[in-house]
Amino acid sequence: MAADAGVVETGPPIRRARLRLSGFFWRRPWLRAIGLLALPLAAFLVVYVGSLGVLFVSSLWTSSSLTSTIEHTWTVANYRTIFSRTGPYLHIAAFTLEMAAAVTLTCSVLAFPLAFFMARVAGRRPRALLFVMVLLPLWSSYLVRLYAWQTILAHNGAINWALNGLGLPDQNLAYTHTAMWIVYTYVWLPFMVLPIYAALERIPDSYLEASADLGARGWRTFRSVILPLALPGIVAGSIFTFALTLGDYITPALIGGTNSDMIGTVVYNNFATNLPFAAAFAVIPMAIMGAYLLIARRLGAFEAL
Amino acid sequence: MRRIPKRSRVTVVALAAVTATLALVASGCGGGGGGGGGSTSSGAGTTTTIGKGEGSLNVVEWPYYTYKSFAHPFEQQTGCIIHRKDAGTSQEMFALMHANGGGGGGQYDLVSASGDASLRLIDAGDVQPIDINQIPSWKEFLPVFKSPPHNTVDGKHYGVSVQWGPNTLLYNTQKVKPAPTGWSAIYGPQYKGKLTVPNNPIQIADAALYLMQTKPSLGIKDPYELTKSQLTAATQLLINQKPQLKRYWNYAADEITSFKNGDVWMGAGWPYQTLQLQGDKQPVKEVVPLPTTGWADTWMLAAKAPHPNCAYKWMQYVTTPKVEAQQAIVFGETPVNPLACPYMDKIQKGSCAAYHLNEPASYYNKIKFWKTPVPQCGWQKSNDCMDYNAWVQAWAQVTG
Repeated sequence: MAADAGVVETGPPIRRARLRLSGFFWRRPWLRAIGLLALPLAAFLVVYVGSLGVLFVSSLWTSSSLTSTIEHTWTVANYRTIFSRTGPYLHIAAFTLEMAAAVTLTCSVLAFPLAFFMARVAGRRPRALLFVMVLLPLWSSYLVRLYAWQTILAHNGAINWALNGLGLPDQNLAYTHTAMWIVYTYVWLPFMVLPIYAALERIPDSYLEASADLGARGWRTFRSVILPLALPGIVAGSIFTFALTLGDYITPALIGGTNSDMIGTVVYNNFATNLPFAAAFAVIPMAIMGAYLLIARRLGAFEAL
Repeated sequence: MRRIPKRSRVTVVALAAVTATLALVASGCGGGGGGGGGSTSSGAGTTTTIGKGEGSLNVVEWPYYTYKSFAHPFEQQTGCIIHRKDAGTSQEMFALMHANGGGGGGQYDLVSASGDASLRLIDAGDVQPIDINQIPSWKEFLPVFKSPPHNTVDGKHYGVSVQWGPNTLLYNTQKVKPAPTGWSAIYGPQYKGKLTVPNNPIQIADAALYLMQTKPSLGIKDPYELTKSQLTAATQLLINQKPQLKRYWNYAADEITSFKNGDVWMGAGWPYQTLQLQGDKQPVKEVVPLPTTGWADTWMLAAKAPHPNCAYKWMQYVTTPKVEAQQAIVFGETPVNPLACPYMDKIQKGSCAAYHLNEPASYYNKIKFWKTPVPQCGWQKSNDCMDYNAWVQAWAQVTG
């Protein structure tokens, strides 16, 4: 009984204190924002921006070839090696860029109709089924899927078996750039489908009706209404496919043949013995992504976000 | 280019001394560290025994290098339970030992390093000298593996040789007719698009060895000690070879898959791949055209090994003739201890000869064993040879 009475008595002051506190923050919105963001922001700065900074700084050091220890003398020698006209690295960076561009383009061309069908045509059940089908490959390991593709593309694999069945000659697909392009398109496709789906699904039906009321036919509506509104989704998807391809080193090793080294391969081959050089080469895809995002912003890709 | 900074040398010796004291192997190792000269025979009379095992042994290994069939009896005898970290490439192996402050990070005791990683590990201070007199079987080894340049520096042994093998020319007997006889088979256009070679900068040494035979004017004396112009010539040979290749293989399993799938008919490989493919009833054979390059593996003691007694016990155990024979048959490689010969024949008839363990010394001298390229050219006493980083960059020029 006494305890109950105590609660009743101390209740109001607590409530009053709470009110005072929330009033304090309400009058100072900047403080409220800091309070909410401090922890995630600190983590972001330290873990993400901080490590990128360390990456960049270490790219300006060199490595002793004997002891593999880092020598803290400032130099741009690593970048000079990368941008040397006679060296292999510019060619490797260009190939990586071309592959990423080709994969992104193919993925968006394949993903758009699929995402459109899922978002605007299919009923609830077919849509759920398509979702499962798009996401199903992500349930198995990336490595398992690459080895599966190795057997599909092999000289005596499924593709040549099917071709021979149709009376067509063998194709030498295994360990080629074409093979890498096919495999990358396959493994990154879900990352393109989902953002485009999200963008298309958000377009209100009324926009399409309005377009029709104003006399626009299907193609015109698609070009002037749907595509601009879907663009942020396509750009978001392309950031995934582009960045994932830029950083990968496993597909070149398992699916690629000769001339298949990519930026990731060079980073992998150097990180143990020549960390600063690996860091310098890792800066390249970041610069490319930065430029890519700037261009995307210029194109207005983020205005509809 | 410099030799290792003195500082890290001192650290290695200090660490070795500290570990040795802790491990109760004081006389041999401590003497080597303090005396500086470290001639191996001097400590022979003063050998003490290794202390009690610490109950655990953590190894960075090639897959199957502590295979259960021969590792299990060791675990029962010594109480040292083996914890394995498999590495697929020399690159991964070096990275594992060099991580977390190096020296095995205080986590790993031993690493089964091949010759293209061992000098890197020594120079980086990741491994420490051992007292070779603690390994009784060492005296029985083939002479070339007692103090090979890839694991013995200035008379200090940074581990004990364990197994070796030649680099072989593997081919599909149904597709490649007549059988190849020399390494020219993988540089010519006859089997264009059906060839494979390892994706490893040390492959440049194979090209250099081939050039030693075919272009004596280049003056290559040692395929692992190349001047700039010699490295350029070897790189050019490999660039010219590239159109003939289907792919570069990264892991032994990749080459096996490519042979099975019919994508590749001939390539440079190891006896391991031949053994696996033949076990799968694939029509393959190997030849070893001499001279050739070869690999030799060393169990090396991590600089910060937490279980040095178990590590010594393993090095003692794994080099005994019977275990050498068991491991050789499991992996398809050759012991460094010739007394393993009768045991090999007992497990698999004729295997001693098949794995070249009964050859004369002249045979082993024709195999140029992997070693990490360093700036010092032993043959011309100068520092203008290309180092490993230069080899990595040259290799990128080939594969990129």
